[in-house]
Amino acid sequence: MSDTEQTYSAAGEVGALRERRTRWQMAKIELSKAPWSAWFGMIVIAIYFIVAIFAPLIAPYGEAQVFPAPFAPWGGEHIFGTDQIGRDVFSRLIYGARNTMGIALAATLLSFLIGGGLGLVAAISGNWLDQLLSRGVDILMAIPSLIFALMLLTIFGSSVFSLICIIAVLDSTRVFRLTRSVAVSVVVMDYVEAAKLRGEKLGWIMRREILPNIMPPLIAEFGLRFCFVFLTIAALSFLGLGIQPPTADWGSMVRDNASMIQFAKYDLTAALTPMIPAGAIALLTVAVNFVVDWFLHKSSGLKDDH
Amino acid sequence: MHPILGTILQRLLLGLITLFFVSLIIFSAIEFLPGDFTQAVLGQAATEETVAAFRRELGLDQPAYLRYFNWVGSVMTGDLGTSFSGRAASGVDRSRAVIDLIAPRLWNTLFLAGMAGIVAVPLALFLGVTAALYRNTMYDRTVNAATLTTISFPEFFVAYLLILFFASLWPVFPSLANVNVDTPFMERIYKCALPALTLTLVIVAHMMRMTRAAIINLLASPYIEMAKLKGVSRARVILRHALPNAWAPIATVIAFNLAYLVVGVVVVEVVFVYPGIGQLMVDAVTTRDIPVVQACALIFAATYIILNLIADIIGIVTNPRLLHPR
Repeated sequence: MSDTEQTYSAAGEVGALRERRTRWQMAKIELSKAPWSAWFGMIVIAIYFIVAIFAPLIAPYGEAQVFPAPFAPWGGEHIFGTDQIGRDVFSRLIYGARNTMGIALAATLLSFLIGGGLGLVAAISGNWLDQLLSRGVDILMAIPSLIFALMLLTIFGSSVFSLICIIAVLDSTRVFRLTRSVAVSVVVMDYVEAAKLRGEKLGWIMRREILPNIMPPLIAEFGLRFCFVFLTIAALSFLGLGIQPPTADWGSMVRDNASMIQFAKYDLTAALTPMIPAGAIALLTVAVNFVVDWFLHKSSGLKDDH
Repeated sequence: MHPILGTILQRLLLGLITLFFVSLIIFSAIEFLPGDFTQAVLGQAATEETVAAFRRELGLDQPAYLRYFNWVGSVMTGDLGTSFSGRAASGVDRSRAVIDLIAPRLWNTLFLAGMAGIVAVPLALFLGVTAALYRNTMYDRTVNAATLTTISFPEFFVAYLLILFFASLWPVFPSLANVNVDTPFMERIYKCALPALTLTLVIVAHMMRMTRAAIINLLASPYIEMAKLKGVSRARVILRHALPNAWAPIATVIAFNLAYLVVGVVVVEVVFVYPGIGQLMVDAVTTRDIPVVQACALIFAATYIILNLIADIIGIVTNPRLLHPR
């Protein structure tokens, strides 16, 4: 009989417990604790993205395919009928997801690239450059962004490219402010000072020292900004100044079919046709807001029970 | 000098500087137009002379800084230039002064925004304060969920929902708000009911959430807890202790949302075909009528800056710490 069975090592037991969880396991644990609203939001977002990516496979007809019967009723060959020049509303809804969300995503990413980058630079340098950028952003933010966008669209005209650039630049002011304000408190930390002293370049300090520490508020902001950009694009398209026909887009679909609302008493489904794209916009924003709400609560310990 | 006066003067100066830069940005819009925009305005058939005359009228033969001062000078005296539309290649000029286009519409927009503001501000403050007081109750949660949902809705969705229910299915209000100068006051209110309701719904949600957050922030501070612990009644805690410090955030919230109204009004005016300045601006953007766009942008931006300035000043004037300097 050996006495190895009798040995007990506290370090061994603690070591056994400290099994490293993989990222995937951590995510699963967090997800199982998520409230129903976050789940709802995530599922809705996932569905939207699947629809957007596989639009040509899902849509029964082409984006700009015209059928002989305009304003066809619901059911039959066209699930949601046809619009004022005879295009299938259901197909356009599916393609609209792709166009509207794609442009919104591109504009948001670009605005984070510009605003986030400049915000970090301003926070790290903290001298005249910081002053210059901050005052410049103050002035840009003194003009309401929709009004500014309208003015810029007059100058540059409404193409998809100018739309993305204009919205990204206007939106980057808000990203700049947030990034700068959260980064300023990280920049004074000792490890950043140490990195500066050992002669790291600006890019390294931005990417490796500061960015990981300010990620949670930026991710939450990304969700909110995406919503905002999405709503701005929808509003511009609704005004007839955003995405131009024949490209399918939810904002212009609402505008094109709006007159059908007055027939609600005779045919409720016809009146609902313009409400579907508007509802689709609303549903996505609600979903993103739910997820962001949950994420903020989780990551920052932001609770309002005092 | 009283410290408050100094701070206020400083803010006013800052506001003026901002306004200067904003006017500079808006002015420079014409600089970025493509070189051949005179052709686009006057038509392909425009002769050399008409183009030259048009450029001279716009002052394009002068250096930019001179034009800027001329422009600011005439804006100060109420002359916003003449519209690009109505000009013909032959040199016949039927264009109208921008101020004549804007003046009646500006009044309409202010009427609509004022109507929404009068309803929305007290309602939002009431909801926000009560939700903060009874937080985490059923009432708070319901109000919160409802407002989070309305915030996420685009304005035109809210507008069309209201049209669907209150103008189409159950026709109590008109779906078109076509008012003119001669419309009597009561009829004007009746016709503006749905657009005003849309704007109210949109800003009440924002305002209520921000008020609630401001009050909750404040109620968590130690001096409120102290007041509670020494047995001061609930109403007195709110009125005497919390409210004096809450005016600043509440004023900011109100100004921020009235400023938001300025933007929201554009979409709502288009939905209800309301003859306001927002719709004028959208039309001008479509036809690339720069003088009108510039004038509208200047008015919107100035309103925005002035509202924020007022909120700032209210915040300073009501700040107890500044009122009683040591």
